[in-house]
Amino acid sequence: MSEQQAVNTENAKPYLQIDRLTKKFGDFIALDQVSLDVFEGEFIFFLGPSGCGKTTFLRALAGLDIQTSGTVRQAGIDISALPPSERDFGIVFQSYALFPNLTSERNIAFGLENQKFSKADVAKRVSELLELVGLPEQGKKYPAQLSGGQQQRIALARALATSPGLLLLDEPLSALDAKVRTHLRHEMKALQRRLGVTTVMVTHDQEEALAMADRIVVMNQGVIEQIGTPTEIYRDPSTLFVADFIGEMNQFKGKAGSKNTVTIGDVTFASQEHDMQQHTPVIVAIRPEDIVPHGEGASSQRATESGSTTENIFDATVENMEFLGSFWRVSLNTTFIGDSQMVVDMSINAVRHMDVAIGHSITVEFQSDRLRVFPADTHTV
Amino acid sequence: MSISVETSAIPSAPIIRPKTSKDDRTMIAFMLVIGLYLIIALALPLYAMLSKSFSTYSFDLSNFEFQVDKGEGWSEPITALALNENLNVVKPEELKTSSDGRLGVTAFFPDFNFRSPTKYRLRQIRLDSSFLVGSKRVADTEWHEYESNQFRRIVLRPSSATGLENFRTYFSTPALFRSIENSLFIAVLSTIITVSLAFGFAYALNRSKMRFKGVFRLIAMAPILVPSLLPGIALVYLFGNQGMIKGMLFGESIYGPIGIVIGSVFFTFPHALIIITTALAISDSRLYEAAISLRASRWRTFWTVTIPGARYGLISAAFVVFNLVITDFGLPKVIGGQYNMLAVDIYKQVIGQQNFEMGAVVSVVLLIPALFAFSIDRYVQKRQVAVLTAQSVPFEAKPHKQFDLICLCYCLLVGIFIVGLIGVCQYAALIKFWPYQLSLSLVNYNFDVMDGGGWASYTNSIQLGIYTAIAGTILVFSGAYVVEKTNGFFATRSAFQFLAMMPMAIPGLVLGLAYIFFFNDPANPLNGLYATMGILVICTVTHFYTVSHLTALTALKQMDREFEAVASSLKQPFYRLVSGVTIPVCLPAILDISIYLFVNAMTTVSAVIFLYSPDTALAAIAVLNMDDAGDVAPAAAMGMMIFYTNVVARLIHLLISRKVLRRTQAWRSRESVAD
Repeated sequence: MSEQQAVNTENAKPYLQIDRLTKKFGDFIALDQVSLDVFEGEFIFFLGPSGCGKTTFLRALAGLDIQTSGTVRQAGIDISALPPSERDFGIVFQSYALFPNLTSERNIAFGLENQKFSKADVAKRVSELLELVGLPEQGKKYPAQLSGGQQQRIALARALATSPGLLLLDEPLSALDAKVRTHLRHEMKALQRRLGVTTVMVTHDQEEALAMADRIVVMNQGVIEQIGTPTEIYRDPSTLFVADFIGEMNQFKGKAGSKNTVTIGDVTFASQEHDMQQHTPVIVAIRPEDIVPHGEGASSQRATESGSTTENIFDATVENMEFLGSFWRVSLNTTFIGDSQMVVDMSINAVRHMDVAIGHSITVEFQSDRLRVFPADTHTV
Repeated sequence: MSISVETSAIPSAPIIRPKTSKDDRTMIAFMLVIGLYLIIALALPLYAMLSKSFSTYSFDLSNFEFQVDKGEGWSEPITALALNENLNVVKPEELKTSSDGRLGVTAFFPDFNFRSPTKYRLRQIRLDSSFLVGSKRVADTEWHEYESNQFRRIVLRPSSATGLENFRTYFSTPALFRSIENSLFIAVLSTIITVSLAFGFAYALNRSKMRFKGVFRLIAMAPILVPSLLPGIALVYLFGNQGMIKGMLFGESIYGPIGIVIGSVFFTFPHALIIITTALAISDSRLYEAAISLRASRWRTFWTVTIPGARYGLISAAFVVFNLVITDFGLPKVIGGQYNMLAVDIYKQVIGQQNFEMGAVVSVVLLIPALFAFSIDRYVQKRQVAVLTAQSVPFEAKPHKQFDLICLCYCLLVGIFIVGLIGVCQYAALIKFWPYQLSLSLVNYNFDVMDGGGWASYTNSIQLGIYTAIAGTILVFSGAYVVEKTNGFFATRSAFQFLAMMPMAIPGLVLGLAYIFFFNDPANPLNGLYATMGILVICTVTHFYTVSHLTALTALKQMDREFEAVASSLKQPFYRLVSGVTIPVCLPAILDISIYLFVNAMTTVSAVIFLYSPDTALAAIAVLNMDDAGDVAPAAAMGMMIFYTNVVARLIHLLISRKVLRRTQAWRSRESVAD
């Protein structure tokens, strides 16, 4: 999906050029030599667990907590040392930071007043913006009289009022309840697309990032783990951290085999290609939807006596089943690869057809092209 | 892809030196200005006082040399030390003196006669002392020649040194160091009584359904509106030598510990009550529901839920009361009789004996328990923060007839105590001449014929109150704003914060004395402030800085931390944010600070007792001085004037608050719309 949506990064000129950004708080390194180009009109997400440095990164871009070293260029101009008031950006915080004693209108107008605009121009712009965020009727209300979602949209309108070249969003949806959040995701995405403003959004919610982003920057412990479109990040996580952080991932300890095999316990599986030395300890990872159920048990014969299964097929016992609405998440236990646990996502139909129930045995297959191998020493979540 | 994820072996990027914005520079300038104020109004005076306490003065006889000409030519130079060794006219203990010490030179010449034709020469050997000829100071090392008639007018001045001598003297003078014991005894006893009484009162207000809670709340706050010495005057009328109900003391005298403790309980009661009420109000109703579901008895619930929940409040209240009592000076001055306390000692040393060094020493001694109480209180306050969580459910009392009745009776007793003491003062003020002429009259309000400053002192007090409220509120709020909202400059902000917290630990009397040392120094360019209304305002603002600062800080902390970031992203200068958002939103706190400063400026005695001049006498000081002069009834009358003024000020504050708040805080009261 996002391949088509993504801005064509090959020809576009970078709007933000971030070069080896480092931010230290005393001895603590919050950002470690982070480099990134953001393209004009792009909707880019900083995603990571709390404390990964994503907010520090955003605040450095805003000039609110300027980096210790490294440069930021915006539209070709070096803004590395500039205070926020001399940079060109609008910002929405998680708290929205709406001025409580000013009406929605006056909140939006705050950045327009005291500038070169006439009163009439300001009023016109304010009503345009209210229209834009879909709240034309709420101009006279105080923030406390608005719902969370409405407040968020007023904050967005205020940030956009001065037509900034860069929009910074610091977890703008995380204070809302689930339903409003999903609704606003679409609205914000559409709005961003319509205005074409380069947007950087910070979130810890991977679903949000996968659903809205042109590109995602996955961060961990102050460094960038991976940059890519949502599909790239999900399908081809380049590190174990990304694999583990985005979506569900089954993990097994193993040893590298030849360039496309891997050994878990005593059993050798066909896997994606890897460049690990033979016998080095590895983590083997596969997503729940990439484990394919083949039917009721009794296929363990397919594994040869020598302990390898070129077909990656083996038996496991159903330990638990969790109904997640559109599919079942089935926990399996198998002694085949050394008493391991894994979860498999199965469609409702598959569960019915194969008569999957707790205590039953089923045959499953690790799809070899989805079985990923990571060095064992990388950090996990 | 054109992005690169670099992870290792990168040449280091340029270090960024953030450019400061105009706002940042303005804010820092503000912080430095207010910081400078605190340094001048607090740190430097305290330093001057501290160094004074270590300054010792003694006559250095070896430094003065004499020559005598009895008509046979000049004798060989001889030092005063050598002369004294032969004559022994100045005893070693007489060499110790104060900064004011003077020693006549004729003592060294037993045959001196001012009519004799003998001529004298005198010089200093080193420059570290001086001598006076009449009032003319001579401080060089030249020989000076004098006729005997002049010579008799010469006095030697001491040289100064630094050392612990003053402290040694202090601790070897039983009359002085007994005060430590007395002060601690009174403070501890008053603390126990006040905190217990206030806890009962707060408990009744918070946990019962008794009637007239509003009235009791008002009554309990009344002592804040009067000077601390007013209960002393009331007690004199009740239990003094000609007291109305003197017999109730069974022969004990009210002048002394009994009177001080009762008066202390009176004036510290509201302070303790505020803290304990807050502590009880934040208790979580769910804990009580849990206790009921576990079938815990009322008694057990009290000890396992109520007391632990309020413990930080109780500790905090105890130290605040302790500090108030041990540093108070007005009350023991009025009713203490011969019972010495530290604060009174400072006053006696400075005003009575003009021994400023010893005053400084007692001040240092008094600082120790005050600083101790202050640090404990700060520590406890910090721990209190996380007691209430977002999920907590406020406690709602249920009616309980018997319990409510007990609560009502208890509050009634405390209420009678408070209203009674104030009422006695008002009665005393209106009686013509107690106990002989009991007709009512306004003769005691004729302040202009009494010592103490007359009606002018009353108008001075109102002026001081208004100036303090205005200047103090601006200063305190600006200071709190810059310290809370400036980015970076961590060390500067911490230093500022430290300075802002310090006044709370400094007894008013100590601050006042420190001001004498600092501002009365002729070498100080700010010397011109001495004995003006200006110095009274500065001293009062500084003395009450901390509580105001904390109030402002609390209000500012409730503001979203990102307002400044939003404003700067919208290219708006910070003053637009301050005037358009910060001040309107913080207006309730700003009004609270100004009334706090006004009321305290009206009632304070200790902070200003050393600093007023005949032109700037104050009402509260007039109370003290009239009482001192035996005009007790006029003193009571003036005390009541302060009370009524503060009541009126509070009412005006209430009206303004209502009116202004309706206009600026409209956004607060409206119901929020659900999602």
